Amino acid sequence: MEVGQMQRRLVDYTKSLFMEGFLDAQFLQLQQLQDESNPDFVVEVVSLFFDDSEKLLNDLTMALDQPNVDFKKVDAHVHQLKGSSSSIGAQRVKNACIAFRSFCEEQNIDATLRCLQQVKQEYYLVKNKLETMLRLEQQIVAAGGSIPMIELGF
Amino acid sequence: MNSSSGKSYMSTASSSVLWKAGGDVVADQFPAGLRVLVVDDDPTCLMILEKMLKACQYNVTKCNRAETALSMLRENRNGFDIVISDVHMPDMDGFKLLEHIGLEMDLPVIMMSADDGKNVVMKGVTHGACDYLIKPVRIEALKNIWQHVVRKRKNEWKDFEQSGSVEEGDRQPKQSEDADYSSSANEGNWKSSKRRKDDEDENDERDDTSTLKKPRVVWSVELHQQFVAAVNQLGIEKAVPKKILELMNVPGLTRENVASHLQKYRLYLRRLSGVSQHPSNLSNSFMNPQDATFGPLDLQALAATGQLPAQSLATLQAAGLGRSTAKSGIPMPLIDQRNIFSFENPKLRFGEAQQQHVNNNKQMNLLHGIPTTMEPKQLAGLHHTAQSVGNMNMPVLSHGSQSSQNNPLLMQMAQPQARGQMLNDSTVSLAPRLLSPRGQSMLSNGMATNVSTRNGVPENIRAPSYNPVSQTSSMLNFPMNHTSELPGNSFPLVSTPGISSLAPKVAFQEGVNSEVKGSVGFMPSYDIFNDLNQHKPQNWELQNVGMMFNSSQHSNSLQGNLDHTQSILVQQGFLSGQNRNSTVISKPMFSAGDSTGHVNAQNSNQHLNSLLDNTVRVKSERVADAAPANLYPDHFGQEDLMSALLKQVGSFFSLYDTEGDIILLILTSKFPIFLQQDIIAPAENNDFDFDGYSIDNIPV
Repeated sequence: MEVGQMQRRLVDYTKSLFMEGFLDAQFLQLQQLQDESNPDFVVEVVSLFFDDSEKLLNDLTMALDQPNVDFKKVDAHVHQLKGSSSSIGAQRVKNACIAFRSFCEEQNIDATLRCLQQVKQEYYLVKNKLETMLRLEQQIVAAGGSIPMIELGF
Repeated sequence: MNSSSGKSYMSTASSSVLWKAGGDVVADQFPAGLRVLVVDDDPTCLMILEKMLKACQYNVTKCNRAETALSMLRENRNGFDIVISDVHMPDMDGFKLLEHIGLEMDLPVIMMSADDGKNVVMKGVTHGACDYLIKPVRIEALKNIWQHVVRKRKNEWKDFEQSGSVEEGDRQPKQSEDADYSSSANEGNWKSSKRRKDDEDENDERDDTSTLKKPRVVWSVELHQQFVAAVNQLGIEKAVPKKILELMNVPGLTRENVASHLQKYRLYLRRLSGVSQHPSNLSNSFMNPQDATFGPLDLQALAATGQLPAQSLATLQAAGLGRSTAKSGIPMPLIDQRNIFSFENPKLRFGEAQQQHVNNNKQMNLLHGIPTTMEPKQLAGLHHTAQSVGNMNMPVLSHGSQSSQNNPLLMQMAQPQARGQMLNDSTVSLAPRLLSPRGQSMLSNGMATNVSTRNGVPENIRAPSYNPVSQTSSMLNFPMNHTSELPGNSFPLVSTPGISSLAPKVAFQEGVNSEVKGSVGFMPSYDIFNDLNQHKPQNWELQNVGMMFNSSQHSNSLQGNLDHTQSILVQQGFLSGQNRNSTVISKPMFSAGDSTGHVNAQNSNQHLNSLLDNTVRVKSERVADAAPANLYPDHFGQEDLMSALLKQVGSFFSLYDTEGDIILLILTSKFPIFLQQDIIAPAENNDFDFDGYSIDNIPV
């Protein structure tokens, strides 16, 4: 595929992510932060996010698996995940965390378990999408092209 | 302006602004180069923030643990201008970190969290955060964080300046630069708006950490003089607030301000005419018996000398104080006394207060400037300011993590802003603490605080700014450079064994050489100099209460701000029967110093002695050249601070005894005054209580 085509694909793909709510304007900010002096910024941040989130999700799974669930702890983890997902712009993950927290407050085991599932699902979805997008970017760069800036008419 | 879009941005390396401590130089590129410390346990956020801050051309240090951040700050007190911290962290609560920073370093702190609940945000406010950001943080929000740094410094200056128009004028150039950046000030209206702001915002600033205080007018020396002139013109019998207000013609001053000030003034005059002695043990309230430092005074002195260099101020700013430190250095009207002896918190003593910063903070307020109108509530305010002071001075005092307690005290002391509050208990306590031979860490550390309290140890006033030994923490000392000690300007707080005398030796940084002869540079609030000369530590009693200021001289050095003319030395002899007790003698000695000259401590001493028939003999010693205020460092920022501080010193406070008589009226000039009094008198326990104007007995 030639560069131009790849670029167009990337643009469309990225746009769809925004349209579908996987990503929000915060992600745009990250992209704007990337520059020549730090060309891999987005990749690095996103990788960090993945590592961190997976750890959190594991902790959450374990915490909810206890006979006596410590909701404070669960809430703390969810709060953390909410913070990092919002910082990166993973909107749907963030929203799932918000719902999760409210159930934590109610100390509703069933609901929180469901929320956990929801969060996990959203997380894996966005992870997948981001990885695809980043791969596309890499390919473009490898082919000598530049990453087009997304302009969203929000 | 999105720096983020500036791909071609280079790092800030070249633009290292001279946003150094003390803000000596406002770099052209300000706010570029602003030194930010960001703390967050979330690595994703941390990385993003770091990148964003770099994109804003700030100098970023990131940290993922609160403990690490604190130690970084402690090691390098002047190394940062502002801190951004997450609220939820595993090793330490963000608010706790906020408090620590406020107390120790007095830096502006911005909290952030994904949590936008009202309670959490409120907590941020009450703990003294200067801002609260909701995650996800956008770069636009970070672009403006420099305003907090500027604002804080501005407030510090404001405290110093208080009514000094000259000073303000002098300071203006520098500040106006900042003002350009800051939202509110604009050159023309700076002074008046500042004053008004003082009224309105003083409390706000101080409030970060403690209770809300009402706006207070800071009665600077100049303002008081205008007041006195107006009263004299009208005739004391006929002087009514409304007419006085009209004559004074000060923008932003209300009839109520004048009325309360008039009331105090009347009491003061009454006191002068009939001196009565009420030895009281001040020590209790504010000082631990051991410390017997007149904390409040000391603080004031310290505050007065608060020459914290801008940088230190910045560092100091911290939650509490930073927050409010705005202490108005302006002299306190008689009421201030209350602050001085805020016995309300005996606990404030440093030792005791140690436990909480808050206490300390409060106390630290003492240093805040010279007491401004001190209303009983001011004590509360003082606390508040103390806190800010504490914050401010934190660096000063704490070197390295000196006992936090000390720091708070020191902080306060160092606070340049000697707000009237300086006299708070907290200061008192602070002083004691610092001074207490207990080995409190005295100010130490090179921080400019030169509080040298001598507990019974003769200290020379000129002691190097720190007298680590002597606990006297010069409260005033503003360590302008934290690193450097103020030579000569140390406020030696002489504290006798029991009482730490806060002889404010103004130990200002070397830059300043105030010739304060007998001028009180310090925090005037008290001059509790107990034996400055160390020899007799034991009689501590009180130390001087009078602070004489002489501002004249040094004003030049100070940036011309000080023009304190005043030197009214009021001293109260505090007699404490025992070393440990300091009793306040209710004889106020009022020695009016001429505005131009320095009031010589000696002169005042004589005055005092003559006034005090009682057993109290006051020997005032001037601290010559310890010139407090003038110790401003050359740095601009410091000078400003100093001058601001000095300005503050030009206030007076009065201490009232239980009978409602004014026991002590201390007018502080810009320069610290060291009075040494050898007071020999039986101690009576009088409680000082600063409610209203009376001082209750302070149990010894």
